[in-house]
Amino acid sequence: MKPHTLSVLVENKPGVLSRVTGLFSRRGFNIESLAVGTCEESGTSRITIVCIGDDAQIEQVIKQLNKLIDVIKVSDITENDRVERELALIKVNADPGSSRAEIMQIASIFRAHIIDVGTKTVVLSVAGDTEKIDALEKLLRQYGVKELVRTGRIAILRGAKTVKSSK
Amino acid sequence: MKTGAKILIEGLQREGVETIFGYPGGVVLPIYDELYNSSLRHILVRHEQAAAHAADGFARASGRVGVCLATSGPGACNLVTGIATAYMDSVPIVALTGQVPTSLLGNDAFQESDITGITLPVTKHNYLVKRTEDLGHVIREAFYISRTGRQGPVLIDLPKDVSTKEISYEFPENDEVNLRGYQPTYKGHSRQIDKAIEMIMEAERPLFYIGGGVIASNASEELVRLAEMLGIPVTTTLMGLGAIPCDHPLNLGMLGMHGTRFANYAVTESDLLISIGVRFDDRVTGKLDTFASQARIIHVDIDPAEIGKNKRVDVPIVGDSKSVLQDMLAKIQKKKTYQQWQSRIHSWKEKYPMKYPQDGMLRPQFVIEQLSELLDGEGVIVSEVGQNQMWTAQYFCFRHPRSWITSGGLGTMGYGFPAAMGAHFARPDQVVFDIAGDGSFQMNIQELGTVSHYQIPVKVAILNNRFLGMVRQWQELFYDRRYSYTELPPVDFVKIANAYGIDGIRVEDCGDVRSALKTAIETDGPFVLDFRVEREENVFPMVPAGAAINEMIGGYTE
Repeated sequence: MKPHTLSVLVENKPGVLSRVTGLFSRRGFNIESLAVGTCEESGTSRITIVCIGDDAQIEQVIKQLNKLIDVIKVSDITENDRVERELALIKVNADPGSSRAEIMQIASIFRAHIIDVGTKTVVLSVAGDTEKIDALEKLLRQYGVKELVRTGRIAILRGAKTVKSSK
Repeated sequence: MKTGAKILIEGLQREGVETIFGYPGGVVLPIYDELYNSSLRHILVRHEQAAAHAADGFARASGRVGVCLATSGPGACNLVTGIATAYMDSVPIVALTGQVPTSLLGNDAFQESDITGITLPVTKHNYLVKRTEDLGHVIREAFYISRTGRQGPVLIDLPKDVSTKEISYEFPENDEVNLRGYQPTYKGHSRQIDKAIEMIMEAERPLFYIGGGVIASNASEELVRLAEMLGIPVTTTLMGLGAIPCDHPLNLGMLGMHGTRFANYAVTESDLLISIGVRFDDRVTGKLDTFASQARIIHVDIDPAEIGKNKRVDVPIVGDSKSVLQDMLAKIQKKKTYQQWQSRIHSWKEKYPMKYPQDGMLRPQFVIEQLSELLDGEGVIVSEVGQNQMWTAQYFCFRHPRSWITSGGLGTMGYGFPAAMGAHFARPDQVVFDIAGDGSFQMNIQELGTVSHYQIPVKVAILNNRFLGMVRQWQELFYDRRYSYTELPPVDFVKIANAYGIDGIRVEDCGDVRSALKTAIETDGPFVLDFRVEREENVFPMVPAGAAINEMIGGYTE
């Protein structure tokens, strides 16, 4: 059982997301994260799904996804050389004074940006792989994380290779 | 200028539709108004569920797409069981539903239900048409998706304003469907087929395990030729009955929970299972890890998701059964006979025949046997679900594909009677029987109104035991005979039939079975036969849930 990253190219039609997510819940597959948005081809969207399962389960997920009429292509890029990123927005307690300075220091180590400063809080924006965001969140907990929003992972292959509609 | 409703009717006719089953209502008024002048035949059912089952029965009997129509909200919701039934058995139907006007969508308007949302998990695909301009192409696409690849139900939801809007529209001459996300594979991979043939040549105890996919792809002829050429025995699933004539020397009948002992023993001892158009369903395999545990497995299916879903497969072949079987026939040079294996199977057949007590009591198996003898392989036999279904599968001798119609995957009680109506419109030349139980017949008994109205000559043979028989059987065997809510009070079905203007006979004596069946067959219109059968007869042999399929109980008497 390990996380798999699936890149799913779909027709940008109403209901396509519920077709995809409905399939996961119906067949008892677990989604760890899901990110969706339009992509380079007009009329299509790309969904990046991270799901956990053994090889047989993942094979079923892919086959079942492929059966959906609006799904153009499914690629399991877990074994490929790829770049993965996730964006998180974190609202942290930061009273003016020492803790605020510490938070700013931590932010700069993680290459996070402070995108909002309030009287009692700051908002950090950080992009990176899941581990990096987890690590930053852990460090910030001591100051009190008031709200945390994550986009879910997106991934792209390194080099010239692409995940395209050849199906 | 054409309304959406007109485009719909024209679109259906362009797909070759002649008969549809439906029930009118508020938002489909514009469609019904268009139907009024059209040459399409519309059969008014008495409940929308029956419209879906009738479309399904039509599709299974004919191999063509069946069509049903219902209004929004309750009408659409009533179709759901029928759509799910078709989905589980991969039956091509197109369901048309009315919807509230687009301006009211999502507003909890009167008779609004999110039918595309509701049917998402039980359709192959569905559409909510928001522009009249799209309708013509959606119809084409829906029929294409329904009848190609692994067939299945497709639903089109039509808001009222889409039906009423007038546009200038001509159907394109060449309206080809090209879906980049949907390109089914028909031709099997050549090297995989070679590998399969190699395995067949190496095997000593090969066995064909055949399912509904062979019926759906009209591949029975190829199957029988290949089986005969190689002398390989054939067992079929419930859905595969009729793929090989029941009395063919290579036929072992049905396998699985209520299969024959010889079929289940053959699976257990086989060293090569050639599985075609099947899905290793739990009612077939019993305990999975003991199922065909000595065998290597070849699996041919048009749906790649079925291959390796339940059981590890040695040679997967994605493709249409007919095409793959044709390729195999063309490639196999050497003829082989499996003498030892055949004689082993023959000895099981001798030792464990399908039997029930011959004691002069009116037993349901006897009724089926008599009907089978009278029809001699002809006719279309439809069943309800439960004991009636299993006895028919066990004791009726099917000789042709598409002569047996039953709800396999979903096991829908109440399916048989309306499906039989649909089957009649597909095969008007054939006598159509619905083998029913008193429980399941009462689930869609209102369709007596429809068969009477149109004089649809469906013959209903009720195996009336005043029990929900299959559940009662399980209660007897596994719940200490505690018959919790499975006993039904007596019903005079002949009187009910008479009230609808339909003739019927009650049969209480073994000696009257044959003449009653004859009367039903010879009567022109619909007919109801009420057989008062032995109340606590069981379906044997039987594999208890979760057991290995060679661990069967009952059904064998010295």
